Amino acid sequence: MQKIIDKVRAGERLSQTEGEELLQQGSLFELGMLANEIRWQKHPEPLVTYVVDRNINYTDVCVSACKFCAFFKAPEDREGSVISFAELGQKIEETQSLGGNQILLQGGLHPDLDFSFYEEMLRFMKGYGVHIHGFSPPEICHFAEISGFSIARVIEKLRAAGLDSIPGGGAEILSDRVRNETAPRKCSSNNWLAVMGEAHNQGLRTTATMMFGHLETIAERVEHLERLRELQDKTKGFTAFIPWPFQPDNSVLDHLPKTTPHEYLKMLALSRIYLDNFDNIQASWVTQGAKVAQTSLFFGANDFGSTMIEENVVAAAGVSFRLSEEEIRRLVEGVGLAPKQRRMDYTLVE
Amino acid sequence: MESYIKRAGLGDILEKIQAEERLSREDGIRLYESPDLLAVGYLANIVRERKNGNKAYFIYNQHLNYSNICTNLCKFCAFGKDKESDKAYEMNVAEAIDKVRERLDEPISEVHMVGGIHPDLPFSYYTDILKGIKEVKPSIHIQAFTCVEIDHLAKLANKPVKETLEELMAAGLDSIPGGGAEVFSPRIREKTCPDKLSGEGWLEVAKTAHGLGLKTNATMLYGHIETVEERIDHLDALRLAQDETGGFLAFIPLSFHPKNTEMSDISRTSGVEDLKNIAVARCFLDNFPHIKAYWVMIGPKMAQIALSFGADDVDGTVKEEIITHMAGAETEQAMAIPELVRIIKEAGREPIQRGTLYDVIKTY
Repeated sequence: MQKIIDKVRAGERLSQTEGEELLQQGSLFELGMLANEIRWQKHPEPLVTYVVDRNINYTDVCVSACKFCAFFKAPEDREGSVISFAELGQKIEETQSLGGNQILLQGGLHPDLDFSFYEEMLRFMKGYGVHIHGFSPPEICHFAEISGFSIARVIEKLRAAGLDSIPGGGAEILSDRVRNETAPRKCSSNNWLAVMGEAHNQGLRTTATMMFGHLETIAERVEHLERLRELQDKTKGFTAFIPWPFQPDNSVLDHLPKTTPHEYLKMLALSRIYLDNFDNIQASWVTQGAKVAQTSLFFGANDFGSTMIEENVVAAAGVSFRLSEEEIRRLVEGVGLAPKQRRMDYTLVE
Repeated sequence: MESYIKRAGLGDILEKIQAEERLSREDGIRLYESPDLLAVGYLANIVRERKNGNKAYFIYNQHLNYSNICTNLCKFCAFGKDKESDKAYEMNVAEAIDKVRERLDEPISEVHMVGGIHPDLPFSYYTDILKGIKEVKPSIHIQAFTCVEIDHLAKLANKPVKETLEELMAAGLDSIPGGGAEVFSPRIREKTCPDKLSGEGWLEVAKTAHGLGLKTNATMLYGHIETVEERIDHLDALRLAQDETGGFLAFIPLSFHPKNTEMSDISRTSGVEDLKNIAVARCFLDNFPHIKAYWVMIGPKMAQIALSFGADDVDGTVKEEIITHMAGAETEQAMAIPELVRIIKEAGREPIQRGTLYDVIKTY
């Protein structure tokens, strides 16, 4: 362990084996202190950033039927819906009136909507002058399938219609063993990474996520980090990494125990240590609540994520923490740091 | 990780803790004011592991709040009600005993019984409940009546505290909970609970109990209008009393819950504040065997993290908790043993179901 600690302190990169060893054998304090030191090296300014945005889920109809998801409605159930443009416009206006500068736009893999629907939706939204952070890689792969276009062409067309950046959702665990067991119809790990690589090549910034604490092994968690680190070396297109634990309630995997905050903080810290080429690590107050999220500012997180004026996916799994912008600011100030509103690319809103 | 502590400016306190030297008031204030949560937690964890190894305790207990009618009406309290209030309630002796009888099939080892300062229940009411509970379940440990209630009962009985305690012990009282300590500072008591027993009075009752062989707990209500200095004064007074008697079992920092109180304009405590209060207490109270992270107040998530920040106890299964929930606690009313065991094990600790006096009932 001391060898690994010394290596991290010397600014050297950890191997996958070392990452596994650190997560399994490192104490909460060893991981936390190393992550906190790196956080301060990367961000010497005493700030914690956050974004004011709204999650808009344009549809809950989804053909993917992932076992960890409590949000989707299967197409044959006919219970799902697609948002109307009128409602979409109203939600954007509400967001803007709350000082929001960004919409996180994601939805299920709908079997019947044409690709042109998504282009029209972007053009409609762009009329409001808002930053559109939309369509995770599984959605983009789905668009490629239904349109017959290549992934590169889909991204080009979405950009032309107004897409500004891509959220890191749908990464789950970037291991095809885990994907085959939990989400066999979702895009493969190679495809997820291919979408992000292509987006970065076309100048779009993206985030990356990891949903852990279900069927994956420790080695598979570190493999996930490794694959992200490799791509980031090539493209430098990821702005941030956001790990969060699986929320089992109301999902097919609801028999699995929920990851505890002790494990969450260790995984968060390992992410900060391992992903030496990522600038930002986000806390997940949506799954952890305000108290653990505030604590995570000492375990490598330098960003509080979004105010999430609306959040549906985690709420469907029975978890409904709410935080206003004012509360986020208070939590950050409570540890002696300055809260700053940011944009998707982490430039500050002054 | 000692270099980390030194860089956080706490190297001298680390040395004291390693040498098992007592921390000064100034040391305590520096720990509270340190911006580095991990450094403070690391120090607390040294003391925690020295005193309690890898053990983490919990108890299978039952809360019994016999009445919320109270003449003190402290500003930080959402539980106490005036007798005329439509939210006031009181159980009669039979009803209180029935609460225990209803759950005889459960392996409950402790009844935790507290209530308001009731204006007109007689002394016999309290002794009758104690006797009745022991008749229904002789094996149960009764932890009842905060020092504030004991002082009130002494007035009712028109006897000194010592004799009052002896009568309560004869009726079945086994130990005393730590409530009512709030913050000992006269300034804070004047502003928030002017009618309550003074800090000195509270400590006198606790020490008298210790003299009779009764174990007691101690608490501190933090996160309202108290200063860091007032917190340290409070801890210092407890440490001195413990030097004299050795009768305190656990210290339990209680986070202020503002909802439905007269101080509802104050924000609830943050997670980092909760952890810091546990950690500083563990470093400072070198003569207290146990520090408890009361999960009902700070939530099970923070209670789990607290097991690395100085706490060795998460309280218990706690059914029918009313006091904190009336002040807006969003935690569950009860946590089942498998869940308590799981969060303890996930924190890398060894779960121990304990009796009130930290006797081992079962290991998991």
